Amino acid sequence: MSKIIIIDDEPLARSITKEYLQKHPDLELMQECNDGFEGLKAIQEHQPDLIFLDIQMPKITGFEMLELIEQPPSVIFTTAFDEYAIKAFEAHAIDYLLKPFNQERFDKAIAKWKEQKANSTEKATQELLESASQSPSQNQRIVVKNGSKIKIIPVHDVQYLEAADDYVKIHTSEGYFLKNKTMTHFENTLDKLQFVRSHRSYIVNVQQITRIDPYEKDNHIAILRSGVKVPVSRSGYGKLKEVLGL
Amino acid sequence: MSNSPLSITRFRIIFIICWLVMVADHIIVLHFFGLPWQAAIIDGAISNSLLLLACILIMHTLRYYLPRGTQYINIFSICLFLTIIWLVLTKLLLKLALEHYSGYSELLQQSLSIRFSISFLLLGCVTMISILWFNQLEQKEFEERKTDAEKLAKEAELFKLRQQLQPHFLFNSLNSINALIGSRPEEARKMVQQLSDFLRGTIKKEEAQWVTLQEELQYLQLYLDIEKVRFGNRLTTEINIDENNFQLKLPALLLQPIVENAIKFGLYDTTGETLIQLYASKEENNLVIKVTNPYDPETSSPKQGAGFGLKSIQRRLYLLFARTDLLNTDAKENIFTTIVKIPQG
Repeated sequence: MSKIIIIDDEPLARSITKEYLQKHPDLELMQECNDGFEGLKAIQEHQPDLIFLDIQMPKITGFEMLELIEQPPSVIFTTAFDEYAIKAFEAHAIDYLLKPFNQERFDKAIAKWKEQKANSTEKATQELLESASQSPSQNQRIVVKNGSKIKIIPVHDVQYLEAADDYVKIHTSEGYFLKNKTMTHFENTLDKLQFVRSHRSYIVNVQQITRIDPYEKDNHIAILRSGVKVPVSRSGYGKLKEVLGL
Repeated sequence: MSNSPLSITRFRIIFIICWLVMVADHIIVLHFFGLPWQAAIIDGAISNSLLLLACILIMHTLRYYLPRGTQYINIFSICLFLTIIWLVLTKLLLKLALEHYSGYSELLQQSLSIRFSISFLLLGCVTMISILWFNQLEQKEFEERKTDAEKLAKEAELFKLRQQLQPHFLFNSLNSINALIGSRPEEARKMVQQLSDFLRGTIKKEEAQWVTLQEELQYLQLYLDIEKVRFGNRLTTEINIDENNFQLKLPALLLQPIVENAIKFGLYDTTGETLIQLYASKEENNLVIKVTNPYDPETSSPKQGAGFGLKSIQRRLYLLFARTDLLNTDAKENIFTTIVKIPQG
């Protein structure tokens, strides 16, 4: 018996998936969820083997929800239209169902999942999330988990990012939040005209900088509106000058 | 090809009168210098007829060849050259016709320089006027072409903005119908009907067509019914419009995208129930439409909110009315309000 969760904000969309599931007695539907928050809770509670996940949902997208899970289950995406997402799916060979889909197509997706279940699909999911996060609709905010709460940070609220072992510390006026990503990930996905990698361990929001002072021999230091000082390396100083048009 | 100034009767009359005045002046001056009336008249007629030919020639040339930038030196040379030819020809003809008058040869010889300068000045004036005329004509044609091109582009753009069918909406609606077919076939049938009527509405309306608020509300209702099937209890709408305002006019297919935007914003920015309210009133000869939706101020900045899908509406209003102040937004205490003003013609 495999455990299943359906996450979709449209009740009829969930009901059709549920209907198609009835043909598969070996799959047990644990819960239906309205949005990513419910989905996250249900996944932690039931530890499903497979989830059906919509992308455009209230507050957080399906991708953002997956990013918050340490070890995401297998995913079959169900979506109507999203050119970036579809490109990402095709690149990473994860199955997706384009709405509306029929029983036959649904059965095929299940068969493919069963076949792949033996191999780990986790890496593919990670890569998918990496490329999906570059779509323009997703680089306007960062979703993090803060204890049991989910925090959505609009990027303009971010002051700077700091490397911290396997995590990145996202500093905002409300304090910092941790996200299990690399600095390179943020360097690639955030708007390059607003966020500059000023140092190996720092990415700074240029809109927050009030001035840049020399510091020790080759280095500089950026002083933010909040008074925080962010190190700027020699190459980082070059990048900053370029973006600020100095 | 552009028309010469002489193609307009008014200018032709002015031109002829000027010429006659010149002839008369010429004759009187010569008579004043002691030439008998008969000789003066022959002299005046010959010189001025030839000058008239030169003028027409230069006007005609400029009609096909308009100098640009530095080519004005060419025009100067042509004027000079034409004046010299005119002088040589005039001198030749006058000598043949009037040599027998005593003292005429001397008078002719002495007046050559005056005749030359006056003709050169006149030809120059005619040239300048022609250049100005043809330039202005060209400018006008250019403007007309530009306006035509802009109009075409505007129509195409309006068409595109209006036709922007939301694939997301369409596919999700089809998916809902798909789900209803198995469980509630009657409802599925109804939704197919609504979706068809809605799609037909987007296709059939002519651009720049004005419709009454009542018609637009009927069309909106189709859309709202479909969305309510899709989102179930999460979506509630409230239309607060006085019947007196039903006959106010607005461009076709403007209201629905505004409401669609509010619904999307509300549904995707909050997790609970979403109430969309619609108001319409008449204020200072404007139809004012207000649409409200809930939003979460913590996650959507006002900047992002204003840009949320309203750009194409803003653009359409600009193309229709050439004004940028018709669309406004307001965000207060979890309620986002979109306000659109439509001037009543």
